[in-house]
Amino acid sequence: MATVDLQQLRKSYNSTEIIKGIDLTVRDQELTVFVGPSGCGKSTLLRMIAGLEEITSGELRIDGQRVNDVPAAKRGLALVFQSYALYPHMTVAENMSFSLKLAGVRRAEREAKVMEAARILHLEPLLDRKPKDLSGGQRQRVAIGRAIVRHPRVFLFDEPLSNLDAALRVRMRQELTKLHRELKATMIYVTHDQVEAMTMADRIVVLQAGVVEQVGTPMELYRSPRNLFVAGFIGSPRMNFLTATVTSVSETGMAMTLTDGTTIHAPLPASALGIGDTITLGIRPEHISLGVEGSIGAQVNLVEHLGSESYVSLQANSGEVLTVRVSGESKIDPEETVRLALDTDFLHLFDATGQRIS
Amino acid sequence: MITPSTSRKLLLTLLGWSVALVIAFPVIWMVLTSLKSETEAISRVPHLFTHVSLNNYVAVQEQAKYLRFAWNSVVVSFGSTLLALLLGIPAAYAMAFMPTRRTRGTLLWMLSTKMMPSVGVLVPVYLLFRDTGLLDTRTGLLLVDALGILPVVIWMLYTFFKEVPREVLEAGRMDGAGPLREVYNLLLPLSMPGIVSTSLLAVILTWNEAFWSLTLTTSRAAPLTAFIASFSSPEGLFYAKLSAASTMAIAPILVLGWASQKQLVRGLTFGAVK
Ligand SMILES: Nc1ncnc2c1ncn2[C@@H]1O[C@H](COP(=O)(O)OP(=O)(O)OP(=O)(O)O)[C@@H](O)[C@H]1O
Ligand SMILES: [Mg+2]
Repeated sequence: MATVDLQQLRKSYNSTEIIKGIDLTVRDQELTVFVGPSGCGKSTLLRMIAGLEEITSGELRIDGQRVNDVPAAKRGLALVFQSYALYPHMTVAENMSFSLKLAGVRRAEREAKVMEAARILHLEPLLDRKPKDLSGGQRQRVAIGRAIVRHPRVFLFDEPLSNLDAALRVRMRQELTKLHRELKATMIYVTHDQVEAMTMADRIVVLQAGVVEQVGTPMELYRSPRNLFVAGFIGSPRMNFLTATVTSVSETGMAMTLTDGTTIHAPLPASALGIGDTITLGIRPEHISLGVEGSIGAQVNLVEHLGSESYVSLQANSGEVLTVRVSGESKIDPEETVRLALDTDFLHLFDATGQRIS
Repeated sequence: MITPSTSRKLLLTLLGWSVALVIAFPVIWMVLTSLKSETEAISRVPHLFTHVSLNNYVAVQEQAKYLRFAWNSVVVSFGSTLLALLLGIPAAYAMAFMPTRRTRGTLLWMLSTKMMPSVGVLVPVYLLFRDTGLLDTRTGLLLVDALGILPVVIWMLYTFFKEVPREVLEAGRMDGAGPLREVYNLLLPLSMPGIVSTSLLAVILTWNEAFWSLTLTTSRAAPLTAFIASFSSPEGLFYAKLSAASTMAIAPILVLGWASQKQLVRGLTFGAVK
């Protein structure tokens, strides 16, 4: 049971501000994912919550209590590091029971808790090994086990899966989600992988350059990204962007032309817009259909076959490069000339400053 | 068959042994001399093993109470090493894991104090010792020796601590370890080889320390370095006895060094070779 509140949280190294005033509430029992490009300050923010990094200004509250000046050891949180950071001189069992030992838990109880965690994580046969005799995936489990035995108020994860191979990553992703459900714990999970964010999160916090771009459930971010950055960051393959000029606006819809003169009608009552405004039109690869009909002419550059589906990269007549998702059975050849139809129910419009127009 | 590479190896081995022999020659000569009689020891024509005996050793112990000096050496060198570690570990920990803008400067400054000849502070130290009653006490010598090696100890520990991944210590902090636990349960076990070689070097340096022993102690607290010095006495030079005394003075540390040469080499070349 725990909530984490961030109020105008800031962090500077010397004179460079890395975290630029973050307001956020991490709700009880939710798995909140911090996602953003490399260097945006995700780890720094997580470490500030953990107590490993000093807070320059602002307030951090856990369960309503200000903890800015509470040392990491006393915050009652657990952190799983990207490098695992196991204690090399201790066995797996000792690694997991270290925190309990420090807390003065009696031996019998310690052993019971370690066994319980080992059972959940399938670590029983490894309890007497040292970390150097484990595989990456096993080390990862021990690191998670070390967090579980403590029943922390909040679990913090800093890119815990990034050192694993792709298959193991997918499996661990599912296991972590399951674990979250079983433990009913509050978790904060940092990743730069938007697929991990989409699949695991109850709520996603998109960060860029030390500020929060948007907070929402995965589907909220997918359906209504608040700005160009979020639109481009969430979703795979990423959203297509086309530059357009508004030609008419009415109560029920609007029209715009692309740079090659193509006209697109959208059922969006965009009252904030005026005729002649330059906007960016966004459409996801799964919302474009490819065939002989359609408003946009394009030439196929490249087809990537994934089996069940294929990603077609095309050059539109307007010059922009687009990606379209098609069924894996579709037969499309490079160099082919095709027409694209946009599903206008799924159009996203952004103004000149990159903000969503709704 | 001698290939270029084996002959090269042979040459290098020969060279290595020759250098070792040249360096060790005085020590070997000293040990040999200590086994001779006084007349043989000063004779122009070198005699090899005519009357080998341990008489000199017995004489030295009877005449000069070797064991008392040796005990002082042990107390002072091990004690000062322990004290230096006690002060140096927290200092190196702070510098390695919580560096500030001034950490590098502080480290360099500490090391730079070793560039100053000790004699430069002899008068103030002597006066301090006189006024606090520390002259000719083991405690006094132990304190001075500990301070003398402290820069080296901190510098070495700092380098070893730097090798410990900081995230492991941070994991400990997250697990609820305060600074003491963090150092005792994680940092020390993880840098044990480094601490051992640092201690060895500190023991050797303080064992060999002569300047402060000769100036701050006279009899009660005098260690082996003072014991040797007392043999170049006005009664005339007794080479064989002096050699026996010297051999006895370096023997303990030689044994210690020999037993731990692996640790020592690792410690001394640390950072240079990876
Ligand atoms: N000790 C430090 N001193 C100065 N700048 C730092 C320090 N630590 C981090 N930074 C800077 O803060 C910024 C954010 O770093 P952070 O590690 O939080 O990024 P991140 O979002 O976790 O990136 P990644 O996905 O690569 O892990 C980076 O630009 C980094 O250079
Ligand atoms: Mg990071």
